Amino acid sequence: MDVEILSRIQFAFTISFHYIYPPLSIGLGLCMVLMEGLYLRTGNAMYEEMTKFFTKIFALIFGIGVATGIVMEFEFGTNWATYSKYVGDVFGSALAAEGIFAFALESGFLGVLLFGWNRVSKGMHFFATIMVTLGSMFSAIWIVVANSWQQTPAGYHIVGHGLEARAEITDFWAMVFNPSSVDRVLHVWIGAFLAGSFLVISIASYYILKNRYVEFAKKAFGIGLTVALLSSYAQFFAGKASAEIVAKYQPVKLATIEGHFDSSASADMYLFGYIDTKNKTTHGVAIPGGLSFLTHYDFNAPVAGLNAFKPQDRPPALNIVFQSYHIMIAIGMLLIALTTFGFILLKKNKLFNKRWLMLVFAWSVFLPQIANQVGWYTAETGRQPWVVYGLLRTSDALSQAVTANQVVFSLILFTLVYALLFALFIFLLNRKIQHGPGYENDDESETHSPRLEEMAGSFGGTIP
Amino acid sequence: METFLGIDYSTWWFLVVGATFTGYAILDGFDLGAGAIHLFFNKEESRRIALNAIGPVWDGNEVWLVIGGGTLFAGFPKVYAAVFSAFYIPFMLFLMALIFRAISIEFRSKEPMLWWRKMWDVSYCISSIVVTLSLGVVLGNVLIGLPIDKAGNYMGSTFDFLNPYALMVGVTTLALFMMHGAIYLVMKTEKRLYTKLTIIVKNSTIFFVISVLLLSFYTLLYVPHLSLRIKENPWLFFIPVTMVLAVANIARRITQQRYRQAFLSSAVVISLLLILIAVELYPNLVLSSLDEKYNLTVLNAASSTKSLKIMLIVAAIGVPLVGIYTGFVYKTFKGKVKLDEMSY
Ligand code: HDD
Ligand code: HEM
Ligand code: HEM
Repeated sequence: MDVEILSRIQFAFTISFHYIYPPLSIGLGLCMVLMEGLYLRTGNAMYEEMTKFFTKIFALIFGIGVATGIVMEFEFGTNWATYSKYVGDVFGSALAAEGIFAFALESGFLGVLLFGWNRVSKGMHFFATIMVTLGSMFSAIWIVVANSWQQTPAGYHIVGHGLEARAEITDFWAMVFNPSSVDRVLHVWIGAFLAGSFLVISIASYYILKNRYVEFAKKAFGIGLTVALLSSYAQFFAGKASAEIVAKYQPVKLATIEGHFDSSASADMYLFGYIDTKNKTTHGVAIPGGLSFLTHYDFNAPVAGLNAFKPQDRPPALNIVFQSYHIMIAIGMLLIALTTFGFILLKKNKLFNKRWLMLVFAWSVFLPQIANQVGWYTAETGRQPWVVYGLLRTSDALSQAVTANQVVFSLILFTLVYALLFALFIFLLNRKIQHGPGYENDDESETHSPRLEEMAGSFGGTIP
Repeated sequence: METFLGIDYSTWWFLVVGATFTGYAILDGFDLGAGAIHLFFNKEESRRIALNAIGPVWDGNEVWLVIGGGTLFAGFPKVYAAVFSAFYIPFMLFLMALIFRAISIEFRSKEPMLWWRKMWDVSYCISSIVVTLSLGVVLGNVLIGLPIDKAGNYMGSTFDFLNPYALMVGVTTLALFMMHGAIYLVMKTEKRLYTKLTIIVKNSTIFFVISVLLLSFYTLLYVPHLSLRIKENPWLFFIPVTMVLAVANIARRITQQRYRQAFLSSAVVISLLLILIAVELYPNLVLSSLDEKYNLTVLNAASSTKSLKIMLIVAAIGVPLVGIYTGFVYKTFKGKVKLDEMSY
């Protein structure tokens, strides 16, 4: 394998892994703001316990998010040096702004959120929780703006030729508000709210199934479900807005998303199916003319198809784009159905005794995670063969100095380290959930019986 | 060329990059150093206190690395591209160590088993050392210059980074951070751990002084381009002289038990070292060992003036904000460490 494919695998792997955690932090942060807000308003100690419980889970997730995030910033320089030179003028400012405005805000207040319970007033602590959540939402803004600029470049001009060519900024705000950034930031945010709220829902359903902390779990479920319900509807509209932008600015990607080949025909919208790349057709169940309607509000209007583009300008992996996109849409619809159904039953007071539904909700945490991942696969693989759409090809973006052996070395290291990291994450998350929210109180009562701790310690075992 | 207060924009941005790197070295320097000496504490409680001393702030400190990387990427993309792709292996090791360090701090307290905690203590200490060493080694290589061609591509081979000079810079960085971290911990601890730390401060200061002296002699003899400017402008000797005074001041303040002053002195030492480097390099950023025509300089490696102007505004708004909330966090957690139920 050559440096290009290895570097792409490495980038895709490291960023996919990273992207497990930030959406959880953002979404969980929002839920914690609601919990702590309810605590301040009602004074009900259960909400305080809830906030503290989820804060510990948040700390775990956040820690891994931070540890895996720095990797990508460095990879721009190590693996994509030509790309870095090309986009530094435009892209660098977004990355620098991210560090200054977002990361510093969240990690500064994170200390207060985690360790400040006894050191600052309740109001101040609540403020810190809000700041951490806002900080994580801001970091999503800047990174998605930078990525959106790669998808729909604006506010720049090209200087130099050949190896020396690079994009220079001409209009900062046009760069920030490039055609796709607002819609995509919203779509990413809402995807994060779904990821976080479904984590809360999942943990709560688990407790209800196990008949533990039931009162606590019902309250937490309610908060999670409210966020999830609103987000799943909002996500539909945000996604539709993104699709319209793709239709307007990235016609090849659009054609790939729906496997549309013939430019003179109206385009269908598939529910599921696959692209037969050999015979240049797509099989599956489709709404006839659906894509034509989406782009032109007319079921019969022709839409530019893949045949209209030179093979070297089309995404090489058509089916990945197609399938990723349709999995995302399917999950989007499923989430709408699930949250609506759950909400109706909740209002009728019939939700929590349906065991099968609790089981579904307990596993549902994976759905938004999968949708988030495949959403990015659609966006990024559909952008190929370009790194910067229409301007810089992925194959030209590499570091000239890096050899395949070096990338193999780092790829192996990342695989091993991330596998370990993931195993530890699942292990510790499970332990946190098993300990449950009453953990702190238990802890305090144990300090009255130091012998227990001593005994457990000398056996190398744990304290129940 | 456009200027602001008589200085051109790329030089302004050079100062910004220098300032963020200095901020990073001072802030993350103490928690990296605290990690590097972690295994010298042998009681569980001491280790917990040492960890909680940096607990609320280490993550915020590390953000300076992200900001520093961002300012370099944004202002001097050619330097970012050349240096990062040249030192692929050390940077990858650096990243792995950063990951291990973050999770060691985060995971250690999550389980009470002894083996679990010991394992993470070792991982925390080793990763702190590797992070520091690899940073120092890359810095050392940049100081001697690297084989880059006209397009800024590195022409050397994979393991060229392992040379005596770079390793000496690495060790000196480690010694510096160990001293800095030990002083920080002295400020935050009491009783036995505190007594132990005062001894570590003394030893690490000696370690630092020896390594920095060796490094200086080596530089004077074998890397003459790093002392040209100071030889031509003797008034610049105030930098090394002040540095010597600051190191002496650390010892004095420690015996007087004025730890905050001692910490400030070691922060001054770090800043002066970086200032010295900046003075010797400017206007070059990366020296090409193939041909000095290929040097990456403040002018030929910079982003457009437009971009630099925008980012100076971003920095002018952002940095005071960061200062305010960093100050707030340090104020919230000032004084000696007290463990409670939310501690690590
Ligand atoms: C700010 C920039 C940025 C952001 C936020 C993302 N990416 Fe990306 N991605 C890139 C910048 C980028 C890139 C640097 O431009 C790559 C590297 C090589 C390439 O072609 O594009 C890329 C490639 C790339 C590839 C390989 C595509 C291929 O080889 O066909 C995948 C699968 C992803 N990314 C997935 C993701 C995921 C799951 C993300 C969610 C967090 C994500 N990207 C966010
Ligand atoms: C190429 C793309 C990306 C790069 C270079 C990147 C870079 C980083 C870096 C350097 C950190 C660590 C910051 C620290 O030390 O505190 C981080 C963490 C984080 N990133 Fe990413 N990131 C990328 C993709 C994303 C995306 C797409 C999102 C959100 C939609 C995101 C959201 C976050 C958040 C919220 C954190 C804070 C840690 C956490 O909450 O888990 N990042 N990222
Ligand atoms: C319900 C209907 C949905 C529609 C119509 C939709 C539409 C889209 C489209 C067209 C893109 C590609 C944008 C581009 O290439 O620039 C996209 C990307 C994405 N989607 Fe969706 N989506 C939906 C649901 C979801 C859900 C439920 C999630 C997650 C929980 C999600 C997460 C994402 C993410 C993370 C991306 C990549 C970021 C981006 O490009 O905005 N989507 N979506």
